[in-house]
Amino acid sequence: MRVLNSILVLASVAALGCAGTTPTPAPTPAQSVSRDSVPPNLAGRGGVSLPNADPFPSTYVPFPSRTLVIRNVSIMTAAGPTIRNGSVLVQNGKITAVGATVDAPSDAVVIDGTGKYVTPGIIDVHSHIGVYAAPGGNALSDGNEATNPVTANVWAEHSVWPQDPQFPRILAGGVTTLQVLPGSANLIGGRSAILKVVPSRTVQGMKFPGAKYGLKMACGENPKRVYQNRGPSTRMGNVAGYRAAWIQAEAYRRRWDKWNADHKGDPPSRDLGLETLAEVLRGNILVHNHCYRADEMGQMIDIAHEFGYKIRSFHHGVEAYKVADLLGKEGIGASVWADWGSFKMEAMDAIKANLALVDRAAGSHGMIHSDDPSGSQRLNQEVSKAMAAGIAAGIPVTEDQALKWMTINPAWALGLDDKIGSIEKGKNADLVLWSADPFSVYARAEKVWIDGALMYDRSDPTQQWRTDFELGFVPTRNR
Amino acid sequence: MTMNMRLRAAAVASALACLAAVSVPAQTIAITGGKVFPVSGPPIENGIVLIRNGKIVSVGANVTVPADAQRIDATGKLVTPGLFDAATQLGLVEIGQVSETRDTRAQGKDNIAAAFTVWDGLNPNSVLLAPARKEGVTTFAIMPSGGLVSGQAAVVDLVDGTTTDMIVRSPSAMVAEIGDAQQAGVASRGELLVKLRELLEDTKFFITHRAAFDRAETRDFRASRLDLEAMIPVVQGRLPLLVAVDQVSDIDAAMRLARQYDIKLIIGGGAEAWMMADKIAAAHIPVLTGAMNNIPSSFSSLGQRQENAALLTAAGVKVALVGNAGGGDEEAFNVRNIRSEAGNAVAYGMSWENALRGVTLAPAEIFGVADRLGTLQPGREANVVVWSADPFEFSTRAEHVLIRGIERTNETTRQDLLTQRYMNLPPAVIK
Repeated sequence: MRVLNSILVLASVAALGCAGTTPTPAPTPAQSVSRDSVPPNLAGRGGVSLPNADPFPSTYVPFPSRTLVIRNVSIMTAAGPTIRNGSVLVQNGKITAVGATVDAPSDAVVIDGTGKYVTPGIIDVHSHIGVYAAPGGNALSDGNEATNPVTANVWAEHSVWPQDPQFPRILAGGVTTLQVLPGSANLIGGRSAILKVVPSRTVQGMKFPGAKYGLKMACGENPKRVYQNRGPSTRMGNVAGYRAAWIQAEAYRRRWDKWNADHKGDPPSRDLGLETLAEVLRGNILVHNHCYRADEMGQMIDIAHEFGYKIRSFHHGVEAYKVADLLGKEGIGASVWADWGSFKMEAMDAIKANLALVDRAAGSHGMIHSDDPSGSQRLNQEVSKAMAAGIAAGIPVTEDQALKWMTINPAWALGLDDKIGSIEKGKNADLVLWSADPFSVYARAEKVWIDGALMYDRSDPTQQWRTDFELGFVPTRNR
Repeated sequence: MTMNMRLRAAAVASALACLAAVSVPAQTIAITGGKVFPVSGPPIENGIVLIRNGKIVSVGANVTVPADAQRIDATGKLVTPGLFDAATQLGLVEIGQVSETRDTRAQGKDNIAAAFTVWDGLNPNSVLLAPARKEGVTTFAIMPSGGLVSGQAAVVDLVDGTTTDMIVRSPSAMVAEIGDAQQAGVASRGELLVKLRELLEDTKFFITHRAAFDRAETRDFRASRLDLEAMIPVVQGRLPLLVAVDQVSDIDAAMRLARQYDIKLIIGGGAEAWMMADKIAAAHIPVLTGAMNNIPSSFSSLGQRQENAALLTAAGVKVALVGNAGGGDEEAFNVRNIRSEAGNAVAYGMSWENALRGVTLAPAEIFGVADRLGTLQPGREANVVVWSADPFEFSTRAEHVLIRGIERTNETTRQDLLTQRYMNLPPAVIK
């Protein structure tokens, strides 16, 4: 329990000590990046609530770490070819050197990686962990605010249960960052939460400092099924619904932008949903659009053009391969499964070579995603299946390219590719040490670091996070 | 084991009629040069599998290959029995959320549907069959679901033909789901067992009071006449009762029930079975379980862990590996992933040999068809796969798939057709 005890102590310090103040230690550079578009002179005027501020700020502080060097290891960097028999140096939570050899200080923790592999921490861009927490049931069903087809006003983080026992399981599978999205019942489902996979008593302690929010949108069958009695009940009704929302958002953005510029009279009244949509129009929130069919992607792209926002990535894009060139031209990512299909009409045309076909198009950003707490634990295996399918179809996918599907490409989708997703000097030290080539079915994550701190060690039960829920309840006999 | 022999005798009787209808190729095929894993015995380097008229006729290092035999060169490759997925809804579901393509459950009466013969809804033209076949799955067991007693399961081969051609054994088990009181239409676990006990008692009574029943001189039974009829082989110990059950206390209760009524039991799912592995082994009860489930996804499966299959096997339990870690509607789409389920079982403590057994011989034994399937031995159906390398690895391809001696290699699936259609984007748009 050594590490976990210190984790808990540290977490409580951070949580208790930072009400309204800057947490100590000093914020990481990431925390100083502001996502606000609010004039700073408004801060502190009691009684005026601040649109677009950061009312639920991250309190995440990296866990204690030591200088670390992993030697004699195959380094899959996601930024170039695999470095065989190389070394990675980690200092103060950052990667400070990587190469055939590195100069490590004498006090560094040395890990011999002979026969093993290091990759960047895996990033899952589509998860509902925390909002559909185990053990499930109505009490923990917090992912769909299915009371209105447009609920841009809800934020996934307000549903996240940090004690969801699924969090430590994906950490053990090498996932270090995830995007928790609202479900897909609604046309516009609300804001996502970008979280680090770390133990915390509050969701704020998991929030990735400086990460932009995402907005969940959904095409097709789900919204029209959920709202068939009140509408939308058709795909054309869906499209009318998106457009009506953006028309309101556009007017709201103009009102507020004008007031922010001239401060004449009382500020316009706030609307939480329109506030979120206005931030999308300003480019401060990234759109993650659940959309299976190629033709619907084409329509969503036109809607984005009509209102002047960008779609960052289509999720569950089982037909993305049909419009790979269009996605590449628009600079829209495709977040997909390796091999889920046929569970609904709009998933009928799923093919295993989807990811390889999409990622081959110029300008494209193909990536794996899970949507599933089981798949999230094995995104390396999902990528391996997608790679094999691409090769079988005649597309020469390399392991170095496939690695990007679970690292730097999802980092890009979250707007975090300057911080995570590759093993390069200056990046956050989110690393996974694998027992074997991560694309082998037999490979297991042995150690996982986040910001240079060892968060999981397969060989040491005291370094394996167990949530409050699991204590006593989940048997440990013979484990 | 004696139970298995009893079952096997029944299996042969019920299956012979079906087999006669299937046309078999009058040809001889020799798979040569590969490392052969017969499963019934140790691997054979540079082995030969000789096939004639759809059956395996000899397996070994020193087999004489007739001059007229068609040869499949397996040099540097692995040869195994075709894979057997022991619990799936393949062929029963085409598109999960399109109800007219779902034939997995019966309305039943009062959550009892023992008479439901799920194979009558099997669609041999499902486009999901070929992808499974193409990746080395040659046999599967289809399961009804829902209610308390879901209906009857069957074992089928992935031959290209009618359902009648495909059936190896039907029924292969009676399926019940005992972990969920609400689904069974009762208020608690205890009441669920009462209801099941009532059905078993009524079946026994029905056997001995058939004439009175036909004269309407018996009390009313909760179950229908056909359901009672269908339960007869279960209470007589001729047909196993496959209970889908996760919580260890429910497993224990099912075992008590089985002892009391002398029922042959199979545990399906068995998330917490590892907690009483020794007792399950001592009772010779086989388990169908996956190797990729470790989420306490309900209060009935708080102890679910990936080592379940390995721990059970180590205790001496016969384990068949079943697929679908996510448990979602995409299951039928991915029966082909049974081989990575086996790979994950190895990663979490099972021996490679036991994992191979878990997707070949073990399910064949559990469903009483081991005299026909699951091993490479003379007399067995020629369900054989030649793999480019370790079958459990993602990068490995099934290079030759033979089902009852008919080569299914290079089959073009619907998914292949879609891939080919969109492969040729204009060169300018390729990176």
